[in-house]
Amino acid sequence: MGNGHTEHKTLVERLQFIDRRIIFVFIGLAVVIPLLFGAVLKEETTPIVQTFFDTIEGLPEGSRVLLSFDYGPTTAPEIQPMVDAIVRQCAHRKSKMYMMALWATGDNLTGETIEKVLKPEFPDYKYGTDYINLGYQTGNQGLIRVLLVDFKMMYAVDASGTDVDSIPMMKNIRNLKNFDLIVSFGGGSPGIKEWVLYAGDPGKIPVGGGCTAVSAPLLYPYYPNQLIGLLGGAKGAAEYENALINAYPEYKGRKMAGMKLMMSQAVSHVVIMFFILFGNILYFIQRSRDKSRSMEAGR
Amino acid sequence: MNAGKLLSYIILAIVVIAFVVSIALKGFLVTVGAFLTLFIFSFLYKDNPYYKFAEHLFVGASAAYWMSMGFWKTMVPNLFGKLYPPMVAWAVPALKNNPAQPLMLIPLVLGILLLMRLSSKAGWISRWALAFIVGTTAGLNLVRYLRSDFIQQINNTVFSLYVTNASGFDLGATISNVIIFGGVICGLIYFFFSKEHKGAFGAGARTGIIVLMITFGASFGYTVMARISLLVGRMQFLFGDWLGMIR
Repeated sequence: MGNGHTEHKTLVERLQFIDRRIIFVFIGLAVVIPLLFGAVLKEETTPIVQTFFDTIEGLPEGSRVLLSFDYGPTTAPEIQPMVDAIVRQCAHRKSKMYMMALWATGDNLTGETIEKVLKPEFPDYKYGTDYINLGYQTGNQGLIRVLLVDFKMMYAVDASGTDVDSIPMMKNIRNLKNFDLIVSFGGGSPGIKEWVLYAGDPGKIPVGGGCTAVSAPLLYPYYPNQLIGLLGGAKGAAEYENALINAYPEYKGRKMAGMKLMMSQAVSHVVIMFFILFGNILYFIQRSRDKSRSMEAGR
Repeated sequence: MNAGKLLSYIILAIVVIAFVVSIALKGFLVTVGAFLTLFIFSFLYKDNPYYKFAEHLFVGASAAYWMSMGFWKTMVPNLFGKLYPPMVAWAVPALKNNPAQPLMLIPLVLGILLLMRLSSKAGWISRWALAFIVGTTAGLNLVRYLRSDFIQQINNTVFSLYVTNASGFDLGATISNVIIFGGVICGLIYFFFSKEHKGAFGAGARTGIIVLMITFGASFGYTVMARISLLVGRMQFLFGDWLGMIR
């Protein structure tokens, strides 16, 4: 073009270098249109999620469940639906919930979960006897190591600064072995892996996890011997919500947060697959044309 | 005034008017969240001052958040509250009667040593504290990774290749176990470079690379799902909380 020649590109050549912003528009539409129509995809619960659900379902009333909020706002769209579903199930099972965070950003999300799920939906659940917010504590895997030996050494006060010894549900807590189940929500480090390595395995404490889809493939090898179950990304959340709906009919007909994500997921995945196939087909067409051109030139 | 400058002023005027109208209709916080989301999304078109503004605001707010969390959630209860509890009585009254722990002077000194990095002359002293951190972390991780990630993972791969259940032979579980076992063995063969990848050994290595490719493909698929989830989350906020188009 610069030297004055007009370069004539074929349609295949033009399509091969399609502006990336056009692809963004397609992905945007694939995400937004299902949301606007409120389409919800039916989910089937897979064994890795069902086992997790059944474990909590099998806990006797008053069991102690430690919920660790090891995530932040950046991954909340994926993780929060799982947190909400598990908190609801624990409340139905009348488990005692101990909430803490290995991530500083998890601190606010713990409070948000209490305000948006626990308080409005389970008004009988009382702070200090049924649930407690211990807040964020620094130390990563070192913190878990200490909690395994002496819980109150690191958690002398709860998130609002109240002495834990004055809180009824903390009376018989000495270390992590006093918990019936540990559930970590997160995807980064520290997170589920650290809970398995530093609490679950050495303390023989059941650990379950809900993680971002990115980290799910790295955590699947821990199932079923080191993890009782794993919720991988939005799909895991939607499957768990399906199990919750099946077990608790009051949630039937309610559009759960994880399920709402899945139709947009499905449509956008189809669009991405289409572009991958489209790009490959164009590439092979172009290659065969180049080959035949070079053969003609060689004659 | 050239056309480009005029266009940028028009865009700025539209943004300001839309912002004011949105505050009146939806409130301040939702409006700020929505506009910051749109500013970040504008990068998909091309780099621009609105994106830069949102990016810098994010970096600044994050740094401030971590700093204040570090002080109020780490330094106050874990250092000052243990070193001399009455010092933090005004902030965390529950700690005031706790016994003082003189051993906390050690982390205090190590912390001060770390800050010596700021000095060009005495910066080398910070290496002592850093060495302590690296040493303890390595020691802590070595044992746990060896046990849980190495020995226990080998244990997780040792299972029956002929699975039965209450109704007899379980074909699905058997195939699943065979694939896992075969995949692990072939994957290990691929990374064994002391023997030439020929014959049966070569076939195992080739199968290993196929297993690795499938793993990478699955990881990529999961990554796509994660990114789309985040996009859906933002779209739910924009079209639901802000515009009220999603019920």
